[in-house]
Amino acid sequence: MKIKVNLMHFQELNKLIKQTPDLFIKLENCIGQRYIASGLSEKEVVIEGTPGNALAAYLSGSTIKVYGNVQEATGDTMDEGLIYVHGSAGDATGYSMRGGKIFVRDNAGYRAGIHMKAYEDKVPKLVIGGKAGSFLGEYQAGGIIVVLGLGEDETPVGDFCATGMHGGKIYIRTNNPPEHLGEQILINKVDNIDEIDDLIAEFCNVFDIPIERINQKPFYLLTPNSAHPYKKMYTHH
Amino acid sequence: MKLEGEVRIPSGCAISGIFSRSGERIKGDQIIKSIAVMHDRSNGLGGGFAGYGIYPEYKDLYAFHVFYETLEDIKNCEEFLNKHFDVINLSKIPVRKHPKIKKEPYIWRYFVNPYETKLESSELGEDEYVAQCVIKVNATIKGAYIFSSGKNMGVFKGLGYPEDLGEFYKLDEYAGYCWTAHGRYPTNTPGWWGGSHPFNLLNYSVVHNGEISSYDANKRYIEMFGYKCNLLTDTEVITYIVDFLNRKHKLTFEELAQVIAAPFWKNIDRMPKEQRELLTYFRNKYSSLLITGPFSILVGFEGGIMALNDRLKLRSMVVGERRDRVYFASEESAIRVIEPKLDKLWSPTGGEPVIITLDDEEGDEK
Repeated sequence: MKIKVNLMHFQELNKLIKQTPDLFIKLENCIGQRYIASGLSEKEVVIEGTPGNALAAYLSGSTIKVYGNVQEATGDTMDEGLIYVHGSAGDATGYSMRGGKIFVRDNAGYRAGIHMKAYEDKVPKLVIGGKAGSFLGEYQAGGIIVVLGLGEDETPVGDFCATGMHGGKIYIRTNNPPEHLGEQILINKVDNIDEIDDLIAEFCNVFDIPIERINQKPFYLLTPNSAHPYKKMYTHH
Repeated sequence: MKLEGEVRIPSGCAISGIFSRSGERIKGDQIIKSIAVMHDRSNGLGGGFAGYGIYPEYKDLYAFHVFYETLEDIKNCEEFLNKHFDVINLSKIPVRKHPKIKKEPYIWRYFVNPYETKLESSELGEDEYVAQCVIKVNATIKGAYIFSSGKNMGVFKGLGYPEDLGEFYKLDEYAGYCWTAHGRYPTNTPGWWGGSHPFNLLNYSVVHNGEISSYDANKRYIEMFGYKCNLLTDTEVITYIVDFLNRKHKLTFEELAQVIAAPFWKNIDRMPKEQRELLTYFRNKYSSLLITGPFSILVGFEGGIMALNDRLKLRSMVVGERRDRVYFASEESAIRVIEPKLDKLWSPTGGEPVIITLDDEEGDEK
């Protein structure tokens, strides 16, 4: 199904997407419609233009490809599926995601990966090709965030990176690792990035970026420095 | 009427702005189209616009836009205006009937000049004289509210969705080098026409997406300098802070941003000496003017516009450029709808002001 979206209201658009038996849906000239493909499973949605906030919220297994930028809270609480953004992402990308993968070719705004979590085989992944804004991985409880810093000479993450992080991992590719991290965060240069090899291969494949470019800089890994970094705070005497 | 704290009306907020660096006059339908895309961020309880460069034929006169509740209020206010100003032109602001805009107040416009003799005997500068008169009317004349008081600019606002208000006010018949717009009523407060955004004093106007938690501290401080926060909503105080710091204390807009969205102390500590000292001075001198809580604002001023996010960037804001045009909006889609092709698009970081001025003049920034 192909829809010329223009200024259609989001409720109408989302109804069309949910009701069609078609497994492939193309949206042309999206202008800010919210909640596109929310909770959607087993379909592929290709979007041209600028989809609105909370794109693919609660996504349940579909693949979303956006040719353009996305706004705030893309993949909010998504459970399973794939989001490829051929452009940049706004604030709170991957907000509370609990499964699936998001790939952003360029930059992400503030608070990417805030409240990401994981449970058993549900391990969400967020890959950002350029730089991320401040508060990356704020309150992260699980999952993997990768920032590749392509085209960035300076630290590709903003201030307050991993504030309140208590689970999961953040990989940052850079010659200038972030300074002034919180005391509960460990940062280490890592040689072994086997864990994210597949993610990097997928990123390079989807966005047509030579994989050799990735090898030009080292990776740093951020993790919480104990299994229970906030134990003291939450324990009543 | 239920007031702040007695009622909660949940919804988002939307702001949008267009600026022509070359001073080309853009028709008002453009800004309506932009803000309309963010309809679902509003709640139909408020909206408004500010246009700059819209009154070239009266550019040296103050344009007062006034809401009145009753005919009696008109008489009382005009009595005051006639005593203090030479009223060169007065008329109702032209509106078109709109099915969704109801219970509008009387809306009048006056192009005025302060009386020379009155101005001289007041021993005030012209702007200060006008500002004091506006504050006096709004604080003391019941049922009258001057909601726009600048030169060659005007605010148009009310109760409703912004796109409906734009049609109601016939903004397609105005053209200016800068427009700003706002959708939704001031946070948590039930609506009346004067309480919608933009808020204005002299040439300054502010539209705001957010909810500032420093309102009471800011209000207590600014009211020591003659301002009156009558509207019980946060954005009004931002307008007076801008007026106070830029017009009265001659801070540039860059400096003003460093006061209201001051960096954290721990960031200041890491700065080079000179910058550290200046920012320490600002934080100490203007500690009561630090604005905390989420905000993204567009500040219109003579010849320019400033976009600013709170230092934690708790609200969204994007800026786009295409040739001489600069676009600002809470959402990228609100820019793309009027300019699909952009040369540049970016999100300013928290506390980082984006200041755009006309190419051929400095504006009143300095």
